Amino acid sequence: MITEYHVNGGDFTNAGSVSSTVKKMMRQLGVDSTVVKRTVVALYEAEVNIVAHAYRGVVTVDLQPDKIYIKLADEGPGIADIPQAMQEGYSTASVAVREMGFGAGMGLPNIKANSDILNVNSVVGKGTTVEITNNF
Amino acid sequence: MKIDEIIALVEGKLIEGKTTDEEVTKAFASDLMSDVLTIKDASSLLLITGLANMQTIRTCEMSEIRYILFVRGKKVTEEMKELAEENNMVLIETSYSMYKVAGILYANNINPLY
Repeated sequence: MITEYHVNGGDFTNAGSVSSTVKKMMRQLGVDSTVVKRTVVALYEAEVNIVAHAYRGVVTVDLQPDKIYIKLADEGPGIADIPQAMQEGYSTASVAVREMGFGAGMGLPNIKANSDILNVNSVVGKGTTVEITNNF
Repeated sequence: MKIDEIIALVEGKLIEGKTTDEEVTKAFASDLMSDVLTIKDASSLLLITGLANMQTIRTCEMSEIRYILFVRGKKVTEEMKELAEENNMVLIETSYSMYKVAGILYANNINPLY
């Protein structure tokens, strides 16, 4: 089952609504609660990243019987140095993002820790694509 | 410890949810939601935080945290209450500081998460 969601940059009120929907979907399917939590934590961090850093993004969720594949493709500034962004503590977040309780350079490391397979691709000036796969 | 006892100890106010017979055994104090999102076992866990916005509730939704204590007089908004209710959470407000709350609860055998 493939579903698609739109996320707007700067929209902190709704940040997390996609993750919430996906959580409900996974629960309805009876996916193991540990896998549900890992997936939604990774997805939520990635969703907040779009709100925090990009102009807009599309989240595509492919929920299969044995795994979930999530692609978050955003239009935004992109990431110049991905290995640097993957390090704990490195952040380019604004004051507004920090006031929301994020922006401490934990997002990508958190996503990695909670994904079975993680791919991050970025083109500076165009945007970033994050792909998360978790097996059930 | 029961929620009612926690509320009494911190002179708190129950804003959302029901005080049940469920016990809180451990606590974690943070204003940084990314740190909260690293918590693996959130059962019987109380989150003590000075961050009062929608992302606090969203973070707890994803982390399966049911009990949140807002310190330093931070106020819960209607929007936050609605989302908390949807997720069967308990929200408490206190005017006490994070340090004071942590000290009181620690002295009353609420264990640290780490």
